[in-house]
Amino acid sequence: MNIVWLLLIGAAVITAIFNGRMAEVSNATFSSAGTAIELAIGLVGGMTLFLGLMRVAQDAGLVQLLARALRPVFRVLFPEVPRDHPALGAIAMNFGANMLGLGDAATPFGIKAMEDLQKLNPDKETASDAMCMFVTLHSSSLQLIPVMVISLRAAAGSKNPSEIIVATIFATLASMAVAIVTSRFFARLQRRKVLTAGSTDVVGGGRA
Amino acid sequence: MKDLINAASSWIVPLLILAVPLYAYAARRIRVYESFIEGAKEGFEIGVRIMPYLVAILVAIGMFRASGAMDWLVWMLTPVVSWAGFPAEALPSSLMRSLSGSAAFAMSSEIFKIHGPDSFIGRLVSVIQGSTETTFYIMAVYFGAIAVRKTRYTLAASLVTDLSGIVAAYVICRLLF
Repeated sequence: MNIVWLLLIGAAVITAIFNGRMAEVSNATFSSAGTAIELAIGLVGGMTLFLGLMRVAQDAGLVQLLARALRPVFRVLFPEVPRDHPALGAIAMNFGANMLGLGDAATPFGIKAMEDLQKLNPDKETASDAMCMFVTLHSSSLQLIPVMVISLRAAAGSKNPSEIIVATIFATLASMAVAIVTSRFFARLQRRKVLTAGSTDVVGGGRA
Repeated sequence: MKDLINAASSWIVPLLILAVPLYAYAARRIRVYESFIEGAKEGFEIGVRIMPYLVAILVAIGMFRASGAMDWLVWMLTPVVSWAGFPAEALPSSLMRSLSGSAAFAMSSEIFKIHGPDSFIGRLVSVIQGSTETTFYIMAVYFGAIAVRKTRYTLAASLVTDLSGIVAAYVICRLLF
């Protein structure tokens, strides 16, 4: 993240030197900072609503029901999360909302999932494997029906705005598979490094 | 089809907000109002917690967009993707998707206007936009909410996933359309 952040800013400033757009870049800093706060505030309303609704669903046992239905999937994706942990309920709600195209509802559930995963995380400043897997899965979009794209196509006068649904579902499933394999691969790779660096500690910790 | 999808998406949230508390109250005797308030309490606090993370990443992305560095990146990558048969016109909006959803959608609208939404490029852009995500924003919000600063391999794995979404969209569009 450090490198990418510096790379974005560095590329912006260097490009601006060459094409004389420093004024635009300067304006963009303040307007983007404002947009970021507006976005965060904008999230608060929906977040409050759906966190409230989720608590009701949790108290009624509905979240746990959904998590139990998805247990076989979760055992593969998040092997280190205990099978009755609340994190899995929140993840199930997040996936469900995302697949239905309810992005605004999905975010609060996702944040709840991250908070629950954080309770299992031994190092509070560093992401756990389960967190990395969960966030990486999001970049495959998860959404089965791209509502936003369909309405854009309709607005542009398409004869059949929804004809791209099947293709989108296949592309999403393919990148979802890549997300799972890639996270697993990186997790293994890093674990091996830890093992070779301080093998006695890890083995000792495992036995205790 | 489109009407059906639109109708379904406007029904789903109100029904959810009705059905969940109704079931909880009627079948499980839960004090639904108190339960809702208890859960909703954290909403604002999370919003405040993610602010620094969002400012950091959105300012960097905003500077990058305003500088025109994207045009250079596209210029550099065009020969590579053209060699693979991928239309260069679809490149800017695809690269933008991981950085900014609204910018990518605006660029897609522009492509629909020039090439038409039912052209190969129009369909390709649609599928790419539908099967990739605003990775940087998601990372800022999710890790920001729990104050995790070291995200390890998440960004690398996410960018690989975004790329695979673009490649998969291209291959599938070639087969279907």
